[in-house]
Amino acid sequence: MNKAIITVVGQDTVGIIARVCTYLSGHHVNVLDISQTIIDGFFNMMMIVDYSNADNEFGTMVNDLDKLGEEIGVRIRCQREEIFTKMHRV
Amino acid sequence: MLNIMEVHETNKMIEQEKLDVRTITMGISLLDCAADTVDEVCDNIYRKITTYAKDLVSTGEAIERDYGIPIVNKRITVTPISLVGASACKSSEDFVRIAHALDKAAKTVGVDLIGGYSALVSKSMTPAEEMLIRSLPQALSETDIVCSSVNVGSTKTGIDMNAVYLLGHIVKDVAYATRETDSDGCTKLVVFCNAPDDNPFMAGGFHGVTEGDAVINVGVSGPGVVSRALDEAKGKDFEFLCETIKRTAFKITRVGQLVAQEASRRLGIPFGIIDLSLAPTAAAGDSVGEVLEKCGLEQVGAPGTTAALAMLNDQVKKGGIMASSYVGGLSGAFIPVSEDKNMIDAAASGCLRIEKLEAMTCVCSVGLDMIAIPGDTTPSTISGLIADEAAIGMVNQKTTAVRVIPVIGKGVGESAEFGGLMGYAPIMPVNTASCEAFVSRGGRIPAPIHSFKN
Repeated sequence: MNKAIITVVGQDTVGIIARVCTYLSGHHVNVLDISQTIIDGFFNMMMIVDYSNADNEFGTMVNDLDKLGEEIGVRIRCQREEIFTKMHRV
Repeated sequence: MLNIMEVHETNKMIEQEKLDVRTITMGISLLDCAADTVDEVCDNIYRKITTYAKDLVSTGEAIERDYGIPIVNKRITVTPISLVGASACKSSEDFVRIAHALDKAAKTVGVDLIGGYSALVSKSMTPAEEMLIRSLPQALSETDIVCSSVNVGSTKTGIDMNAVYLLGHIVKDVAYATRETDSDGCTKLVVFCNAPDDNPFMAGGFHGVTEGDAVINVGVSGPGVVSRALDEAKGKDFEFLCETIKRTAFKITRVGQLVAQEASRRLGIPFGIIDLSLAPTAAAGDSVGEVLEKCGLEQVGAPGTTAALAMLNDQVKKGGIMASSYVGGLSGAFIPVSEDKNMIDAAASGCLRIEKLEAMTCVCSVGLDMIAIPGDTTPSTISGLIADEAAIGMVNQKTTAVRVIPVIGKGVGESAEFGGLMGYAPIMPVNTASCEAFVSRGGRIPAPIHSFKN
């Protein structure tokens, strides 16, 4: 399984999760977990996804989600999971 | 499973606290590029570098994108050129031709700097090494991204004072050769004692002769992250302060380790070391000086600065060492004046002086680094500065270095602008009492005794 973390930060609006999930399902990326909270007054959402069967390059997914974020008016980042697990797990 | 606060913390470090990987540096041995003629040597060097490092920049960019972590620099270090060119080069001009080959190869593969136009002369100089050193004014003024270093001493050999004396003149000549651009040639020249073989940072990086054919070394950064973490430690005791620094250093280094392993895997080149360093930039909030001030100093240079730096340096190492499988290079807090906003301010206000910086170099890496001094400073005074730093390194069994920039045509009260990561610096006063009769004696300072430590 190849996991990535997708984070969305910004103003909460209708349909953010729907738009991101539509993109992911369209490219065979499986959502494993979703959580959300408010940090410093901003909407924060995190998705853990499995991109093992994704139909495009990881870099393309990063760029596509970045563009989608610009359209919606939020910041969407997609990063491979290891940067977080290495930092926070011994 | 990861939680949202952990993910938020990592991304906050990257986006707001300037966490980055400062450099992925590929070390390449050029020992097999030696040949009978300079043309052949240059061809061999160009071919080897452009073959081995052809994917270095694109791989670095792909890792940046995949993990969302900036990798600021991609660099190359090579075997000291004084060794590679020794049989073919008959003059300093011959060595300059190799410098041009390095410059061209590095530009072809798109790295930002290449280090290793170097000589290791800790006991004495061969004719080739002396020719390379004498070629520096021309080599550093005619090339753009070639960096040079000279190791003039070590704990085991003592200090080669002939080289120290020569380098005082050479630093001045490099400054003069690049006088149109605030003598910035000197930003590419480091004079070391106990130079490490695996340093990924510039300008002092070179690929040591004990290293393998090629290696990936990574330098981490992150003073901004430590500084932000110290906001929590305000008013708390040293135990809390030290634990905070250690914990932060661990997290920073783990990112470096991940990037190093990934770069090594993707490029098919062995992983060498992580250099655990807090490397500042001149940008606000990315300053080692700020970290020291948050430890409780009004401004860097105040009494207590050396103790604060010693503590910081040690905690960074203690936190970082467990986060990486191999640690090496310079590993410590850097204090390059022109590359650190709070150091620049402290130097401009007169709170931070060269003598205090010298004391600070006793407890951290690396030395008198990126310090602009008056353009009329004499060569022998520069040799004196080098000898003092080398003595600190030799006696304390640590790496020390000097990278001073005598800014031709400028004096105290003015400032020099080097651009980019090299930053800008107010010109600091230097003690002008003569040491000519000391540094010009010739010969070498013997290695120190390793017992009776006091």
